[in-house]
Amino acid sequence: MFLTSLKRVIKSAWLSFRRNGLLSTATIVMFGLTLFVIGGLLLLSVVASSILADLEDKIDISLYFVPGADEEDILRIKNELAASEEVKTVTYLSQEETLRVFTERHKDDEAVIASLAEFEGENPLGASLNIRAQNPDQLASVAQFLAKRDYDSVDKINYFENATVIERLAAVVSTVRSLGLVLVLVLSFVAVLVAFNTVRLAIYTAREEINIMKLVGASNWFVRGPFLVTGVIHGSLSGAIVSTAFFPIVWLASPKISFFIPEVDLFGYFTSNFFEFLFIMSAIGIGLGVLSSTIAVRKYLKV
Amino acid sequence: MIFFDNVSKVYPVRSRPQTQALEFSHGADNEVSAALLGVTIRIQPEEFVSIVGHSGAGKSTLLKLLIAEDTPSEGRIFLDNEEITALSGRELPRIRRKIGAIFQDYRLLPGKTAYENVSFALEAAGCPDEEINESVPEVLEIVGLLDKMHNFPHELSGGERQRVAIARALVNQPDVIMADEPTGNLDPVNTWEIVRLLERINELGRTVVLATHDKHIVDHLGRRVITLEKGRVIRDEEKGMYHL
Repeated sequence: MFLTSLKRVIKSAWLSFRRNGLLSTATIVMFGLTLFVIGGLLLLSVVASSILADLEDKIDISLYFVPGADEEDILRIKNELAASEEVKTVTYLSQEETLRVFTERHKDDEAVIASLAEFEGENPLGASLNIRAQNPDQLASVAQFLAKRDYDSVDKINYFENATVIERLAAVVSTVRSLGLVLVLVLSFVAVLVAFNTVRLAIYTAREEINIMKLVGASNWFVRGPFLVTGVIHGSLSGAIVSTAFFPIVWLASPKISFFIPEVDLFGYFTSNFFEFLFIMSAIGIGLGVLSSTIAVRKYLKV
Repeated sequence: MIFFDNVSKVYPVRSRPQTQALEFSHGADNEVSAALLGVTIRIQPEEFVSIVGHSGAGKSTLLKLLIAEDTPSEGRIFLDNEEITALSGRELPRIRRKIGAIFQDYRLLPGKTAYENVSFALEAAGCPDEEINESVPEVLEIVGLLDKMHNFPHELSGGERQRVAIARALVNQPDVIMADEPTGNLDPVNTWEIVRLLERINELGRTVVLATHDKHIVDHLGRRVITLEKGRVIRDEEKGMYHL
């Protein structure tokens, strides 16, 4: 009996969905827009967090020594640092190596090479120590510790510059997230309103039918069910449409993102997580649909 | 058995807006208009009862209260020892399936054929498909519409539409058939067909409650007549006639 009723409820919902074609389309478009923004934010936060993770991995402290600093002195500091619990690795780059790396990196830049040549064979660069922490958060305390020691031979500690960049990026990401959240809330509200009106109109159109249903003794859920199922149809359809629409968009955008951040393969991520994405989109869509139908049914369908 | 226990239905009068003009009002503060006042009626199983009265006497209100389309302001209503007025919304559908309702304006679904209109009642009640396929032609045969069962309401005459409505009321096999002015829109020939159909339904063992203001029908039936006037029962006769 339950299954028969369920079948009839779904059938009747599908009929009313088809008969109210224009309204259904408007609802789906509105749901689609909302889901589109939510999906966009989801993907954006994937990109952003992988950039952040990537950057955090790159955070280190470089300790630059004045040219001609005593190598023994440097190695003493290195051992001292390596003994610390917070430090993962300390890499020593001698003066010569630093110069080699530097010229290698700037070999196409004539101005730099030319200015190097002005030193006439003398090495203007100092040796350096590269420190990585077990946990990027601990770098700050290591840097502070180093700054406090104030070694004579240390020319410059370049932790704080990177830190600013990372903090700024994190701030931008969180701003985008909260702005996006506001946008999602506003759009969800509008979507629920549109869907609510669709169902309200459907109830109005079917009022005679509803009346007769009640007269012949239809149960409350037999009357209400179709309107709720219509909400499910709206939600799942828009979820499926939006997920599919993301395919070409991600496919087009992915190479451009990879161009700036080679570590991020958005399209690969999207295709491997497509069903998860589809599930999330449909679930949010169905949630919105059922919510708006429930409000409309409660308000306008007195059984 | 149907039992109306001292039932009243009153509506507040909202004609006069609450303004300063109140000083000109001569009426009481809580003015109400009564559709039913202290009605006590007992209807036995398999009875054929006519409820008569002028328009506005309370006939339709009485029937509306019976199928719980509305609730009384006072009093209690019982169907087979079950108090309808105390039931929750969840239990009402079950009670409504015990009462087949017929109306002056037929209340058929215009987008469904005669067959579908009848099967709709069973679908709403959650009957399995096999039972529907079996019962619908049966009741359509009783009302004599087997040959037109695939026609839409607009393709049927008024009398035929009312017969579809009767078939729909019968298909749930209710104990009570309640008809509110079923012949109000019909010509004499169709009127008599419907009345004969109701008599036959009554002979098949169902209680029939008929609200009408048609003198000829009531006089022809020669059955119990309850006369309402301004919401009160003014006459209740075992073999009554229509006199107002």
